[in-house]
Amino acid sequence: MRRKALIGALAALTLAVAGCGGDDDPGGSTEALSPADPAAVQGEITVLTNRTDLVTDGTMKRYADEFTKVYPGVTVKFEAITDYEGEVKIRMNTDNYGDVLLIPNTIAVGDYPKFFAGLGSAADVSGKYLFTSKTTVDYKVYGVASFAASNGFVYNKDVWARAGVTDWPTTPDEFLADLAAVKAKTDATPYYTNYKDGWPLTAWSNVVGSVTCDAGANDKLASASDPWASGSDLGVGDRLLYDIVDRDLAEPDPSTTNWEDSKGLLATGKIATMWLGSWAVTQMRDAAEKAGTSPDSIGFMPFPTQVGGKYCAVLAPDYFYAVNVHSAKKAAARAWVDWVLDTSGFADDNEAVSSLKGAPMPAPLTPFTDAGVSFIELSQAKTATVNEIDNASEVGLTTPDYRQRLVDVARGAAPGDADSVLAELAGKWSEAAKLAGS
Amino acid sequence: MKPTTRYGRLAWLTPWLYLAVPLALLVTFTYVPVGAMLSYSLTDWDGVSPDREFVGVDNYVALFTRPELFKVFVVSLYYLVASVVQIGVALYFAAVLTFRTRFRNLFKGILFFPYLVNGVAVAFVFLYFFRRGGTLDTVLGLFGVADGPFWLGDRDIVNISLSGVSVWRFAGLNFVLFLGAMQSIPQELHEAAELDGAGRWQVFRHIIAPGIRPVIGLSVILAVSGSLSVFEIPYIMTGGAGGSLTFVIQTVKLAFQFNKTGLASAAAVVLLALILLITWAQRRLVPDERRSAA
Repeated sequence: MRRKALIGALAALTLAVAGCGGDDDPGGSTEALSPADPAAVQGEITVLTNRTDLVTDGTMKRYADEFTKVYPGVTVKFEAITDYEGEVKIRMNTDNYGDVLLIPNTIAVGDYPKFFAGLGSAADVSGKYLFTSKTTVDYKVYGVASFAASNGFVYNKDVWARAGVTDWPTTPDEFLADLAAVKAKTDATPYYTNYKDGWPLTAWSNVVGSVTCDAGANDKLASASDPWASGSDLGVGDRLLYDIVDRDLAEPDPSTTNWEDSKGLLATGKIATMWLGSWAVTQMRDAAEKAGTSPDSIGFMPFPTQVGGKYCAVLAPDYFYAVNVHSAKKAAARAWVDWVLDTSGFADDNEAVSSLKGAPMPAPLTPFTDAGVSFIELSQAKTATVNEIDNASEVGLTTPDYRQRLVDVARGAAPGDADSVLAELAGKWSEAAKLAGS
Repeated sequence: MKPTTRYGRLAWLTPWLYLAVPLALLVTFTYVPVGAMLSYSLTDWDGVSPDREFVGVDNYVALFTRPELFKVFVVSLYYLVASVVQIGVALYFAAVLTFRTRFRNLFKGILFFPYLVNGVAVAFVFLYFFRRGGTLDTVLGLFGVADGPFWLGDRDIVNISLSGVSVWRFAGLNFVLFLGAMQSIPQELHEAAELDGAGRWQVFRHIIAPGIRPVIGLSVILAVSGSLSVFEIPYIMTGGAGGSLTFVIQTVKLAFQFNKTGLASAAAVVLLALILLITWAQRRLVPDERRSAA
């Protein structure tokens, strides 16, 4: 009898604990508007960031000190998280995820109002900042891009010059011919996939828009029956990747690549080319300095297609800042977001594209501006649907998996060819697209 | 049984008091999460959203109508074969080292050491070991093998390489278990066998092997469940790419890349059921003899 009571108590405890964790009580207002009077803003705020490096070396602290000069009543505390995506996503099951945070990529756009405070109407915020269409739900903006970057091929100019190539290729075929020249005339690896680390392969998804120079390219994925059709953004991009590997223009053993090493290898001319974001240019220049070679040998070129005689480069936003809807200090939190974006010079310091409208392009992108590359901002109106299809179909545009498979097939380590792999992906995609939004 | 004194009435409580802390930990960190997983497996939860909908057994139906999700168990066969090798190696060394051997403790330390190294560190060490021109290629080069295969890049070899790492890492644990069991066999038996003129193999076959049978049984169960749920080493070394995907890596990808927490929980429940089933079958086929001396 007593034993039964005890077991009953344990079972009740189990249920009670299991029942916890679904507590949603949005304290106070669900809007975080810019405070009018800096002196009146009070409180301590916690800022979640993925930049562990900047917190450890004191850079963030210096930004906070500058900030408190304008907002003397606010203290800023940073929480740097190494596995930002994984950890914050789980913390968002509670109310305790800082006052200011970067929106994890896995959060569905439709759920934004449940997690984040509104930052103002779409009309107001989009007048001042770029990229707000991605975080707009019901004409209200819930996040502002911290900064943006553009994707392109980071290359070693000296190696390309030794191969006799000085002009940017204008078609994928020319690009392949140039890589072949690099292979024939130098001892550099023409292209490095970074297959093992995986995430550099996901950068290939950022060809969307650059190939066709179409600002609506991303939204079109939501209704595309075959996103890999020939001539489409992903079709051209992924076939180029396939051809690079298929023609032995990439590293011989992709399964043991190493990102940190690859920076030095590119700087010293052992690797000729990598497809990355413009943020990588800064890191490559640093690597060149460390290796004792000239940082000026690091070049950056757009995707080798032209529309109307001009290259196109998509500006892709990085993480978006948002204010926790459960925060008790929304005014102070919003003040920090405004200050970081408008005044701190954070984007400049990181040589990234500022999300402020009308800000000048950073140094890594000057080759693009000099060459008259047209920059476009993708419409993100249907991103929610695209993500839904992507997850439902398990294609994984933002994961390295399918491109790892493509590389495997191209180097002969898996059966099939480019068309069969891409057709299979298209099949999964269109299947899921039919069900999405229903 | 009727308690008579005040002390006697509370006596039943004493063992529970001792058990309270471990039970609380067990319930909090094992049974509650397993219960939560069971309940997630009946929903369409994406892992983040505050809303989830009850979908009944839909996730299980989805799982079993996609046979390709179970194809990855082929990879487990490599690890199963590897664990046979692993148990063999461990038995061999344990048998050798139960007898007086020079530097016995040193060898024990050397054999057990890999198990103490953190799995992430092991994975990184072996990444350098297997890379082109890395340690393995260099050593093979000394023997005149010039062009080794891509140890992690070749579909036919990657799982052999990875299960080799797993043998290296876990043989030490089996070895220590076997050694402990072997040393609990009374010395007199060995002496008697020696007087009767038994050879090493006969001693092993008729004295050691029967003496450590329960431990061998346990090792086999651990090996089977281990091969079905391989995760750490392939996840860090290849991320499941190039034909090295295991069931657990696939489940993690479903949950955290594609936000299908419901489906992934169902997959985890299926794996749990599978392991319980195999363990049960194994106990039925090879029952432990109940022995009075434990």
